[in-house]
Amino acid sequence: MYQVGNLVKKLSDKHGRSRESIMPILQGIVEKHNYLTDEAMVEVAKELDISAAEVFGTASFYTFLDTQVRGKYVIRVCKTITCSMKGKSEIIQTLEDMLKIKVGETTSDRNFSLIETNCIGWCHKAPAILINEIPYTELTPEKVVDIIKGYLHK
Amino acid sequence: MMINLNINDQKVSVPKGTTVLEAARKQNINIPTLCNHADLCVAGNCRVCVVEQKGARTLIAACAMPVSEGMDIHTNTLKVRNARKHIVELLLSEHRSDCTKCYKNQKCELQALANEFAFGDTLFLDLVEDHNYTIDRSSPSFIKDDSKCIRCQRCVRTCSELQYISAIAVSNKGLHQKISSFHNRPMSHVVCTNCGQCVNRCPTGALVEKTYIDQVWDAIYDPEKHVVVQTAPAVRVALGEDLGYDPGERVTGKMVTALRQLGFDSILDTDFTADLTIMEEGTELLTRLKKVLVDGNKDIAIPMFTSCSPGWIKFIEHKYPQYLHNLSTCKSPQQMFGALAKTYYAQKRRLDPSKIVSVSIMPCTAKKYEADRPEMRASGYKDIDFVLTTRELAVMVKQAGLDFRNLEPSHYDSVMGDSTGAGVIFGATGGVMEAALRTAYEIVTGREVPFKNLNITPARGMDGVKEATIKIEGCTDDWKFLEGVELKVAIAHGLTNANKIMKLVKAGKAPYHFVEIMACPGGCIGGGGQPIPTSMEIRKNRMKAIYSEDEHMVLRKSHENPDVIAVYKEFLGKPNSHLSHELLHTHYVARENY
Amino acid sequence: MENKGLNKVGLIFEKINQKEVLTKAFNMSSNEIIQDILDSGLKGRGGAGFPTGLKWKYTAAEKEPEKYIVCNADEGEPGTFKDREILDKVAYKVYGGMAIAGKAVGAKNGIVYLRGEYRFLLPQLMKELESFHNIIEEIGFDFKIRYCLGSGAYICGEESALFESIQGDRGEPRNKPPYPTTSGVFGKPTSINNVETLVSTMMIILHGPGSYSQLGTKDSRGSKVFSVSGDTPTPGIFELELGMSVQEFVNEFGDGDTKAVQVGGASGFCVPRKKFQNTIIGFEGVPTGGSMKLFNSSRSMYNVLHNYLDFFAEESCGQCTPCRVGCQQLLKGVEKVKKGEVKSNYLNELVKLADTMKIASKCGLGQSVGNAFRTIVENFREEIIY
Repeated sequence: MYQVGNLVKKLSDKHGRSRESIMPILQGIVEKHNYLTDEAMVEVAKELDISAAEVFGTASFYTFLDTQVRGKYVIRVCKTITCSMKGKSEIIQTLEDMLKIKVGETTSDRNFSLIETNCIGWCHKAPAILINEIPYTELTPEKVVDIIKGYLHK
Repeated sequence: MMINLNINDQKVSVPKGTTVLEAARKQNINIPTLCNHADLCVAGNCRVCVVEQKGARTLIAACAMPVSEGMDIHTNTLKVRNARKHIVELLLSEHRSDCTKCYKNQKCELQALANEFAFGDTLFLDLVEDHNYTIDRSSPSFIKDDSKCIRCQRCVRTCSELQYISAIAVSNKGLHQKISSFHNRPMSHVVCTNCGQCVNRCPTGALVEKTYIDQVWDAIYDPEKHVVVQTAPAVRVALGEDLGYDPGERVTGKMVTALRQLGFDSILDTDFTADLTIMEEGTELLTRLKKVLVDGNKDIAIPMFTSCSPGWIKFIEHKYPQYLHNLSTCKSPQQMFGALAKTYYAQKRRLDPSKIVSVSIMPCTAKKYEADRPEMRASGYKDIDFVLTTRELAVMVKQAGLDFRNLEPSHYDSVMGDSTGAGVIFGATGGVMEAALRTAYEIVTGREVPFKNLNITPARGMDGVKEATIKIEGCTDDWKFLEGVELKVAIAHGLTNANKIMKLVKAGKAPYHFVEIMACPGGCIGGGGQPIPTSMEIRKNRMKAIYSEDEHMVLRKSHENPDVIAVYKEFLGKPNSHLSHELLHTHYVARENY
Repeated sequence: MENKGLNKVGLIFEKINQKEVLTKAFNMSSNEIIQDILDSGLKGRGGAGFPTGLKWKYTAAEKEPEKYIVCNADEGEPGTFKDREILDKVAYKVYGGMAIAGKAVGAKNGIVYLRGEYRFLLPQLMKELESFHNIIEEIGFDFKIRYCLGSGAYICGEESALFESIQGDRGEPRNKPPYPTTSGVFGKPTSINNVETLVSTMMIILHGPGSYSQLGTKDSRGSKVFSVSGDTPTPGIFELELGMSVQEFVNEFGDGDTKAVQVGGASGFCVPRKKFQNTIIGFEGVPTGGSMKLFNSSRSMYNVLHNYLDFFAEESCGQCTPCRVGCQQLLKGVEKVKKGEVKSNYLNELVKLADTMKIASKCGLGQSVGNAFRTIVENFREEIIY
């Protein structure tokens, strides 16, 4: 079984155990584990000696610190105005058809999650998405198919 | 340094660091507030207190704005009034307003503001229907109804600042922002101590005690049932506040009469088991000290912690489970009472314990939880059937239409109705310690504690952590091993202060033999079940009343309580006897820290 | 009104000898640096437009020995993407600006708060940071920069929310005062500056305040990097002299059918066609952090407004009433007006609400929601109703 406790300990050793260490620790967990499990949050609370509710409260403030199940590849489709004007809906449609999930869902093999997000700073190259931290811009449905195929074969 | 400013064209001079709100109050200028609370740090969230500062681009929040030289403040301009109206209307739009049915009807601060600023047609659209709000009834102590929450965060600040628990915190953001336990788990399954301090400070009906009033009425009107009621020491000095009295008025005699008129069959006093607790806990302490000091037994946990406060018990179970052995095994006075009511009392009164309904009136919401603990069935039945708060008792008095002010005071009934001043002061921080010392010192030395008029002043007052050292001299033969020992004690109230002591203990730096801890600020007088509002001022008044009650008692030492003497003689044998252990002592459970 | 016309400038992305400029700054006194920045007339490039020199002066005046320079790289305003480009192309100038600020105010530590959406840049930024640290060590500058990474929260661009986030808390704006120059990150005096502002300070040190202040107008000195998007044949990043009219901007970037320009992002102002001519882009007219979004006549301004309000309802931190509830009311309100479920004059109530949000909210977010709301509703009322 995956030992989240060890990971949290390692991250706490690296970033420290004061309150300001919480962001890099949570980010580190998400990077390795895709999202924050309850177990992971409890471990963070223990390491930093703060309450678990505060860990959850802090994590849930930040869109990228997911506390719900997420897949290995989290696809965030920008829904803010320019992307929305320049074909966001078709991009979502393509992704939903391809991955057989709706926005907000995760594929049953836990490979992909599809979510919408607010402006990611690529308005001049809309529509844009992030897959984990990598941006993909000036998308068309065809380009999206190719990109996802690339991830499927990873 | 003094700062000069104008508020509503009146000149004001206040010390630097004063807020505009405080400066205005000094001039008797009322600025409405909501998220502000005297016990808590400034939030500046609700914006109800916005006022106009001449020359400023925006309105300013009076609660969060420090005064500055030459400020020109206006608290009641049209701009201010319009903004306040909008703000109150906005709060109403995210609040499920079932006011006439609400437990907080007419005690709701939002309702009061609505009355003042937002009466008439509703301005904005209802947002409650857009949210999937839940009502958490999982705790036996309180109900958390998110649909009535207006996010003032008083509860969150209470839980972290006063109680160092943060069982609840602010979660999510924007329209999804809410007050959550850890990942929205039921309150019964998180570190919550059920102390009810949040309930005491919630301005709306979002956090209220779980009420058992109807169940108690049912029992009272059930002819088969014999309903006994016990009242905790802190209730008698606070109940009056909900019935039109000023904080700090003692209403003991009237309360007893009221309970009788409500129909309880026997009106008894938790003070009796407070005195009994002293006998049991004092003996336990002396036994532990003997094992440590004489036998050199390293397995005995010192310091010993008091165990009267169920909020504190849950705190240590969650946060410091490795120190459960330091807790006295004594049950709280409420639970000792419960265990005896359905055994000793039943025998004496020739009652079938299955027909006894045991009710307690407590300043506390955690007592509701405590009564529900599976350990609390020593009598073979649920030892305490229902726990009502001080507030709930006031509701019953009103429901029954009693003219409380004109009731003739009367005395508690007998068998478990006698009490001493030592039992009474259990209601204030330091009271258990003082009561214990009054008895233990006398047992060990044969002399009264060397404090004028028995008032152990170092144990009194509102300091968060109090420490005292008492040198034991002139021991009687049985207690020679304590000769010359400097007994070190500490007292903490409010769990943030308790945590300070626990940190010392954890660091091996706590030199104490005996530590009294109460979960609530000020002790039980500041309990989560006490009348709302609460503030340091109000708690001080209640405290004063407690000590005055003590001074007025004929008996001031637990071991002199005739009912206590009787229960040992007739039933228990001696303190820490086998039967005592069965009925009056308990054990604790290590719990998860989330 | 002073109008400089549309002039392209190449200051921000100009290749410079970093060591040379830093050496120059290192040999200046704190006062000299601050005076240069004051003289340049530079105002913050994040959108709020506070004079940078004053910010440094206030921070420098604080007695506390521990001070911080924070670079606000939490560029989240919809329609803004210039800071990403600046960091991508000339991060060394951002670092240089931070070191100069450090020298000016007496801070030895810098923190770059980078939005999580730009995490992909981090490896390259760290590499550049390493060589920067080497260079300033050679010069003898005592200044260290580290990164803090955001995780997707627009509000963290608000300076005090950003501090909270650095400190590991929810990014909720603080009550002000105290201001950052007195009590910023970790409660220490802090000068927090936008990415572009910091680069500008380096250019001012290099070229002198005189030549910088010749650019732009009296109220808006210098040049500005604009993020141009929407209905335009040439979306992208352009550095322009401040002081042009919206009309001149549209002439350059429009598609011939521009009906409105949203200046300053979702929290900015909507300028309709009839006001293009008389509206200057700058602090005397419509201020902007650089976001310029063009809409042509095929666009529904209802959709634009709805999109913005949806954004704010989600991205409000949620702590204060006017912003948390106000955003939801505006959003639901325009939906109901559109559907005909409430009377169209309910829009008037909503405009009043937006005005309350402007004066009663705790921070800049809630205070600026009303900008777009009012200007869109006032200029495109029919599109909202029908």
